[in-house]
Amino acid sequence: MSTLRVEALEQPDGTAFIFNNKNLLINGGMNIWERSTSVSVSTDIYSTVDRWKTRVSGLGAFTISRSTDVPSAQGFGYSLKLDCTTADASPAAGDFLQIQQIIEGQNLQHLLKGTSNAKAITMSFWVKSNKTGTYIASLYDGDNTRRISKSYTIDSASTWEKKTITFPGDTSGTLDNDNGASLWVQWWLGAGSNFTSGTLATSWESLTSANTAVGIVNLADSTSNEFFITGCQLEVGSTASGFEFEPYASTLQKCQRYYYRVTETGIPTFLRNDGSTSRDVIYPYPTTMRANPTVSTTPNSGTFSNPYPSPRQLWGRVAGSNDTSSIFLDDPVTFDAEL
Amino acid sequence: MNITNAKYTVNDNGDNSSICATVDGKEVHIPLDTANRHYDEIMRQVDAGTLTIADAD
Repeated sequence: MSTLRVEALEQPDGTAFIFNNKNLLINGGMNIWERSTSVSVSTDIYSTVDRWKTRVSGLGAFTISRSTDVPSAQGFGYSLKLDCTTADASPAAGDFLQIQQIIEGQNLQHLLKGTSNAKAITMSFWVKSNKTGTYIASLYDGDNTRRISKSYTIDSASTWEKKTITFPGDTSGTLDNDNGASLWVQWWLGAGSNFTSGTLATSWESLTSANTAVGIVNLADSTSNEFFITGCQLEVGSTASGFEFEPYASTLQKCQRYYYRVTETGIPTFLRNDGSTSRDVIYPYPTTMRANPTVSTTPNSGTFSNPYPSPRQLWGRVAGSNDTSSIFLDDPVTFDAEL
Repeated sequence: MNITNAKYTVNDNGDNSSICATVDGKEVHIPLDTANRHYDEIMRQVDAGTLTIADAD
């Protein structure tokens, strides 16, 4: 029997090779869509694909949907599609259009941000649009109000292209080691002069909004415009490795830390009769959530007089008769602990 | 985020335990947790003077 002993595996830049969970983004393959698969959006909202927020702030209106238009033979099943339904060819100064994902600080400590050993991180993704030209990807450190932006170009209209962008490590500003929002990963698709009138911040700097999206196209300038994206990955190091495909169940569980929706009707709960005039209900979640979630649900009888959602379960008191009849949660039951 | 009809709910001790509100057209229960983005936004709007949270019944 032979033995293979490996002391360490390193990427070309000396960064340790990570076998699993190398992608700092969740649901980068656009596989989980708990909220909806198609929504009209003209605001700043989590509306469709899990973990991804679409930010339409004064710049047109879009239909956000799940598309099966994907790069050929790459293994992706879906992409996120933005289809302009109301054009705005002249953005006001503060308008912007963006998709983003926010990452908890406790998941980023290995970046060593704010130290002399700060790691570079590399973003890779597939993108397609009829609107060719310059687009912007940026990272925003909300703990220290710092940002870096890089431009990329969609060269060929309506053709899937893979883009790779490396951001240098930031030796200033450590990220909080907690469950709060620390790093905003942003794809800019249009912006007004408040974000475009400066010099693009291609190195980490204290936030100057005008340096964020200099030179960007305006995806909202025509209702003919559409934009597709999938295969989004953010990883430690200065090179992009292949997209990390993971089991559906793994991605779903990661997503449900932030948002959980049960669409069946009549979800049973554990019941405790308090012996007086109300019943307590307990409903455990499939995974521990990031924080105490916002709950959108009503029981099948009575109303919650004291709902208390913890990260592990919903506990609620339903006023009414002192009986032993079951309490059900009605469709749609949602728990929202997004960043 | 459009928030209306914000109202505290109380626990058995009479202490505020959550906020019932309409957020973007949907009635939700929001925990008093600064890590919750809805609670964060409610407090921001309260501080800005654009939202008032009614006392519990």
